[in-house]
Amino acid sequence: MRDFSYSRAASLEDARQAILQPGAFVLAGGTTLLDLAKCGVTEPETVVDISHLAGLDAITVDEEGVTIGAIARMSAVADHPGVQAAFPAISESLSLAASAQLRNMATIGGNLLQRTRCAYFRDPAAFPACNKRVPGSGCSAIGGVTRNHAVLGVSDKCIASYPGDLAVALVAFDAVVDLGARQVTVEDFFLPYGDAPEQETVLRPGEVILGVKIRASAAGMKSTYLKVRDRQSYEFAAASAAVGLEFEEDGVTVRDIRVALGGVASKPWRARSVEQALIGKPLEAETVAWAARLAMDGAVSYSDNLYKIELAPRVITRAILTVGGLA
Amino acid sequence: MTIMEPRKHGSASDGLVGGRLSRFEGRMKITGAATYALEYPVEGVAHAVLVQSTIAAGRVTSIDTSAALAAPGVLLVLTPEDELGLMTASDWYGNRPENQPYFPLPREVSYNGQSIAAVVAESRELAVEAAKLLRIAYDEAPRVADLYDPAAGKGKLMENLSAGWGDAEAALAASPVRIEAEYSTPREYHVAMEPHGLTARWDGDRLTVWEPSQWTHGMQRNYAEWFGLPLENVQIVSPFIGGGFGSKGVALAYGAVAAAAARKLGRPVRLALTRPQNFTSYGGRAATRQTIALGATEDGVLQAIVHRGFNETSTYADVPEQTGAATPILYKVENFSSQSRVVPVNVVSPGALRGPGKNPSAFGIECAIEELAYKIGMDPLELRLKNYADHDYQSGKPWSTRRLREALTEGADAFGWSKRSHAPRSMREGRTLIGWGIGCGTFPVLRAPSAAMIRILGNGRVEVVSGAIDMGQGTYTILAQTASEAFGVPVEQIDVVLGDSRLPGSAIAGGSMLAGSITGAVHKTAAAARDELIGLALNDPMSPFRDTGANTLTVSEGRISVPSGEGLSLDLAELMAALGREEIEVTRNTLPDDAQGLTDQNNAWSSMARVQGPTMGDYSMHSWCAHFAEVRVDEDFGTVRVSRMVSAFDCGRLYNPKMVESQWRGGIIMGIGQALFEEGHVDGRNGRTVNNNVGDYLVPTNADIPDLQVISVGVPDYEASALGGKGVGEVGIVGVAPAIANAVFHATGKRIRDLPLTLEKLI
Ligand SMILES: Cc1cc2nc3c(=O)[nH]c(=O)nc-3n(C[C@H](O)[C@H](O)[C@H](O)COP(=O)(O)OP(=O)(O)OC[C@H]3O[C@@H](n4cnc5c(N)ncnc54)[C@H](O)[C@@H]3O)c2cc1C
Ligand code: SF4
Repeated sequence: MRDFSYSRAASLEDARQAILQPGAFVLAGGTTLLDLAKCGVTEPETVVDISHLAGLDAITVDEEGVTIGAIARMSAVADHPGVQAAFPAISESLSLAASAQLRNMATIGGNLLQRTRCAYFRDPAAFPACNKRVPGSGCSAIGGVTRNHAVLGVSDKCIASYPGDLAVALVAFDAVVDLGARQVTVEDFFLPYGDAPEQETVLRPGEVILGVKIRASAAGMKSTYLKVRDRQSYEFAAASAAVGLEFEEDGVTVRDIRVALGGVASKPWRARSVEQALIGKPLEAETVAWAARLAMDGAVSYSDNLYKIELAPRVITRAILTVGGLA
Repeated sequence: MTIMEPRKHGSASDGLVGGRLSRFEGRMKITGAATYALEYPVEGVAHAVLVQSTIAAGRVTSIDTSAALAAPGVLLVLTPEDELGLMTASDWYGNRPENQPYFPLPREVSYNGQSIAAVVAESRELAVEAAKLLRIAYDEAPRVADLYDPAAGKGKLMENLSAGWGDAEAALAASPVRIEAEYSTPREYHVAMEPHGLTARWDGDRLTVWEPSQWTHGMQRNYAEWFGLPLENVQIVSPFIGGGFGSKGVALAYGAVAAAAARKLGRPVRLALTRPQNFTSYGGRAATRQTIALGATEDGVLQAIVHRGFNETSTYADVPEQTGAATPILYKVENFSSQSRVVPVNVVSPGALRGPGKNPSAFGIECAIEELAYKIGMDPLELRLKNYADHDYQSGKPWSTRRLREALTEGADAFGWSKRSHAPRSMREGRTLIGWGIGCGTFPVLRAPSAAMIRILGNGRVEVVSGAIDMGQGTYTILAQTASEAFGVPVEQIDVVLGDSRLPGSAIAGGSMLAGSITGAVHKTAAAARDELIGLALNDPMSPFRDTGANTLTVSEGRISVPSGEGLSLDLAELMAALGREEIEVTRNTLPDDAQGLTDQNNAWSSMARVQGPTMGDYSMHSWCAHFAEVRVDEDFGTVRVSRMVSAFDCGRLYNPKMVESQWRGGIIMGIGQALFEEGHVDGRNGRTVNNNVGDYLVPTNADIPDLQVISVGVPDYEASALGGKGVGEVGIVGVAPAIANAVFHATGKRIRDLPLTLEKLI
């Protein structure tokens, strides 16, 4: 039997110390950690439970913006009226994720750190080669079944997609991850794969996520998260878009626009080229459709996932037209 | 003799056959009171886990077990090296090869995910960890990953499945209108909620197996033959099953492994398959391809059907998934030709999955018929009615009952079909395209003999006892109803005991044949028990009825009375007390008189030898249905949502409409999953199904299922069964996928001929 020890962190500092041990992991909702332990991908020696730490589940909303504690549950954040008013996209990204049972259990910190659903990553016995699991071992997905693999931000080392929804909404609104000693934007928190797919974030040993902060914005209030998938519920995105929009006083010219993509990239993907192309222009269906295609510059596909290059711009387009009142 | 603790059921408003009783065991399941196979507390149980191949083809050259054996708590490691002393068991039909040893952990690897070793330890967790320590070396051989592998070839012709009449090729060539297309369905899996597994315990040379089973007597025979035991030394216990859909009909290799390990260890062994192992330890529905060519006149009179089907099978058994099963009987056609081939690939032998054959077959012919309708510009409903088969053109026999016309017309009325606009892409709301489609379905009436026992107890309760099983389809409930009607006691007074191979033999809960078969046996037995009770009441010296001068008595509402209604009337408990009887036991079966010997009986309950097909009598007998589907397709995203379905069924008489409707809906839901999501993704490099879990192999959620309106248009069919019902369990799935594919064509103008209808095919 593979024994592991369980400890309940007495304080944040205690947790930071405890996870410095080799093989130690923070345990929040456990819905990713347990799952990966069962697949044999993660083999924890120690789990350090932080799910009870006082104050870490707070959700505060004021004129400055929204602050969400790391152990706030997905469902609590999704249902929070303040979050729903300030950032509909964030609330929607959570309520469209996973299942009701998982959302009641899973936390915001854990959600950011969920790992790819690449089937090859999750089946070590049958597919020993996986650069993300074993650096340098190769990539089993390339040449295999790649329907849900990424087309953006991939390398010949790894083509896995980042599966989460929340981080996509966060990246659109310049959210910041609070690590206590330092603050990192969500965009910088996730690393592009490049040559080291095993390195997914900038999190350092002993660092615990305390929460996320999102500055209030007009675009945040006029935002949506659109998630497209075959199954109506309980499925990861084939492609998704978080979009926020602010018009000039004339009500047609784009002052500020935020566009981020999910389900198609190695990390939560901010599509700045689309934003740049639309700022200062009147919002019109054709312009939007044209601009949305810019998001796919540099996309790479392995036949099974070619559809994503077609689908993602359509998802962006619909999301923008929806918040813009044109859909 | 008390065989099992009887189970009580709830009250019923109308307990007779045809009443809408709720499920007898429903509350037990919802409250957790029902014990499933892997939950039985068995003292001293050890835990086995399977280790499966990660290559598609080749040989296991060595397995280094030293590290695993040295791991804490490990009791036993089994590999192909171990001589388990098993013999091959009989096939479905009771045929058994002589002196052929059986290796449930074979050295030859025929597919990725084949069990090649097992580790048994004090706990499941210890066994799982130790299993990771096995060092397995293979000699790999070239593999054929699937039907589309360039090495797959054309396979073998299944002569027995060829059908033909008239001159199909010539008639096709001469037809003014022709369509020809290829349709395909992927590898699909049962994904029953309850995973497979068992607990095996030996007491000397007696083996008890707690295992979910669709057929306790069939599995009893499997184990008995493997281990060289008399039948009566094996007991299969399976009172509750968490879904089977065809996967739990026979004992499988893992069962032999667990029972062999238990024998070696002298300890009970429990083996639970992991979810991924449920994708390879038994076969799902084989992937299929079929071409269909239809010839017709300009005004839509079918002239010819030419069908050629292929399905994948394993390299060690030729298992057909008969894509030509529904093709010959849905429409009137004078010229017909069908051939089926099986193509060996490196996959576990395919199994029977709800509606085997008929299901992919209907996908082909029901899409093709709508393609023809659009080609000639005719309403697909009208085209179907125009080519309505007045009799079975394949067997030449009349239908026993066939109310497919009523299913089509009444279904169409309920759906509002007449409001349809014919042209594809002609119905929309904003970016949502709306489409309507029809798919017909059929499933043959199979009949099998069954036995049953009725026990009248001193306390006045009546027990129905049978080895038949209930996996949620309602056997407990309808048998109480049947006995109630035949005996004249209210259902509240009846207990039903099922799911044990020591109980009287029964048809398999498969091929939609159980309800029709077992209700016949129970009805016969209950009537015999009533007659026996009346005989005793009239003749027994202790009976108070002796003095009434009556020469017959009635049993009604649980009371036995003189016919006038004015004289003596006792309830069953009073009569039993007067007679001084603790119990009366009556057993009957529906085997012919010349097959009442023990061997004949054992054979009948444990093989398919006495199953009668749909055309074995004077008639051709089938259940029928017509599904009407409305879909909404997002024009930009290609996502398909089924927004409405109306399905009309001819399944003869319904023994319990509530239960039947739930079977139909369950089939339709599974059909929606098949149409929209279900597909095993096979890695062409090593033949592994990579989405071997329920996070990645998608089945519908509640959100995917709209209101499903189901309508019965059947009439009792007493050729089909003693009580007039035809099979209900499988016909519901048949025809759903084509109805949805046809609706998607109507919505989008895109004809998708390969399932499932995922978004990338529609953008
Ligand atoms: C079947 C299934 C379907 C799903 N579908 C979706 C979906 O559609 N969309 C979606 O977005 N997600 C989906 N998920 C993922 C789900 O949202 C995540 O599993 C969940 O959010 C993780 O949160 P948790 O609290 O349970 O994390 P845990 O499992 O507790 O932790 C996850 C990881 O983060 C680390 N960690 C946790 N908290 C902290 C912290 N505060 N600081 C530092 N490290 C930390 C842990 O050590 C661990 O490595 C799905 C999951 C499953 C199992
Ligand atoms: S895509 Fe990435 S995660 Fe998947 S197998 Fe390749 S390296 Fe591993």
